[in-house]
Amino acid sequence: MSAKKRRAPSKGKAVQRITTGQIVIYAILTIGAVIMSLPIVYMISTAFKPATELMLYPPRFLVRVPTTKNFSDLALAMGSTDTPFIRYMFNSAFVSTIVVVGTIILSTLAAYPLAKHNFPGRNFIFNVIVSALMISGHVTMIPRYLVIRNTGWIDTYYALIIPALAGSYGLFLMKQFIEPIPNEMLESAKMDGASEWKIFTNIILPLVKPAWATLSIFTFISTWNDFFTPLIMTKSDSMKTLPLAMRTISDGMTIARMGAAAAGTFLTTIPVILVFIFFQRYVVETMTYSGMKG
Amino acid sequence: MASTSVTPNATPEVQASHGKKRSTWERIKEYRWSYAFITPFMLIFTVFTVIPVIWAFFLSLTYYNMIQPPVWVGMENYIRLFLDDQLFYLAVKNTFYFSIVTGPLGYVLSLIIAWLINEVKYRKLYTLIYYIPSITSGVAMSVIWMYLYNGSKYGLLNYLLLKWGIIEEPVLWLKNVKTTLPAIMVTSIWMSMGTSFLVFIAALQGVPNELYEAALIDGATRWQEFWHITLPMIRPALLFGAVMTVVNSFQVFDITVTMAGFPSTLYCAHTIVGHLYDYAFLRFEMGYASAIAIVLFLVTFITSTVLRRLLSSRDEM
Repeated sequence: MSAKKRRAPSKGKAVQRITTGQIVIYAILTIGAVIMSLPIVYMISTAFKPATELMLYPPRFLVRVPTTKNFSDLALAMGSTDTPFIRYMFNSAFVSTIVVVGTIILSTLAAYPLAKHNFPGRNFIFNVIVSALMISGHVTMIPRYLVIRNTGWIDTYYALIIPALAGSYGLFLMKQFIEPIPNEMLESAKMDGASEWKIFTNIILPLVKPAWATLSIFTFISTWNDFFTPLIMTKSDSMKTLPLAMRTISDGMTIARMGAAAAGTFLTTIPVILVFIFFQRYVVETMTYSGMKG
Repeated sequence: MASTSVTPNATPEVQASHGKKRSTWERIKEYRWSYAFITPFMLIFTVFTVIPVIWAFFLSLTYYNMIQPPVWVGMENYIRLFLDDQLFYLAVKNTFYFSIVTGPLGYVLSLIIAWLINEVKYRKLYTLIYYIPSITSGVAMSVIWMYLYNGSKYGLLNYLLLKWGIIEEPVLWLKNVKTTLPAIMVTSIWMSMGTSFLVFIAALQGVPNELYEAALIDGATRWQEFWHITLPMIRPALLFGAVMTVVNSFQVFDITVTMAGFPSTLYCAHTIVGHLYDYAFLRFEMGYASAIAIVLFLVTFITSTVLRRLLSSRDEM
């Protein structure tokens, strides 16, 4: 694979470089890429290793006789709990999906007037939202926990979903996207007697849809991987999400149980990687477009 | 959509002249739709972000154990934190040590990689490979790293180092006070490199090619090109990346708690967020824990403000 690459001249760039320089760059990038992917490859390989290969000395990097037994052992690896691993997968998938949908709806709705309407209090509200971007999540954690506790939502899906919708990154991204839409477009629609709701659904929505891919993927990944929120908001096993389940697995880890643990890691990480690969082409485009103003 | 080509020039002026006469209440009524649109978000945002921030400041000045109502204690929590809490010092020391190593190293590495990727074909493939570790769950991948770091001879790292004669007996990487934090740092750099990386890639693709062509005609070296064209052009991304890196590295918790355990050996991997978690959710000393949260917030805020200043001034030179 790499041999082919090294001979390929860079046609994409208008400025041509010396080939030796190109070879060095490809070599560095490829070695780096191999190092970066080693833990992932090791994880996949270990997830399919039979017990005999886990106990082998000297240890081997790659699996020889792959088996799916680790995946069926996963329930047993959890030890004292009766909760099947699929339950954690469901919790993670359910919570992440609802948070993605909620974030898209709430932030698109709110971003439109903040970008296009000059209503009283707009600047104040926007400044508060931007300042919130600077505040780390752990400052709000304790009061959030107390609020959730007072509403009796501890150990429910509400506790994992509703506070996650209070982030301002999504709104910020959507506002960046709505701002370049020409004002004349909205005004002429208004002249034609279109209601604000109609302007929103017929003009704004079709134009901001590309940004949803980026917003969805980052919201999904951060919710799926979030460890701290479920750590404090859930109590029972049946409400745990994947990162918490993995923490439990890691606690009493032995070499013999490593196969099941790697299978758990496989099920926790691969869905996210697949989602990212699927949406990748939108992500870099959106980031270039929105300009990522620090 | 067809009607949008007609632009009524008069409208903004008409609106402006009306606006002067109207009272604020009339304007609020006129914009009722705007308020309706932002209300759902603002409701949740107020309850779960705005009020909690104010509440955290208030709580940090109280003693609150969740059974009795909060008791006002003034600055006592902060005094105790800075004068009496040895473990807090250790947590701060570990977090700073961790951030100073992983932050700049991860940042510079991801900038270099992004710059190199921008020079070659197969950008998407390389981007994907370098970015994937940062979208994996920290806790889940820690399990794999623990296996690599396993303290027995079955651990791959120990096996290789023994085989090459670098060490003489297996090292308990995640139990030894000296090696625990460095081992976790390696994992962290592997995992967090992508955070600013993607922003850099996007920014680099936005630099117009004409600038490079002009530089080439003027006989600029590669280094001059990087220093005088690339860096200034991607300054917003550099700023964003730096702040993100700092904020993230100060909040390290999930991989330390997974890999080193909680508490870790002699608290060698105790972090500020770990300290906060301990007081808030294991001891239920909410006032004291809030003081820790506020200190963490101030440290993060000051560092990112200083970084902003440093990186913006370079542009004027």
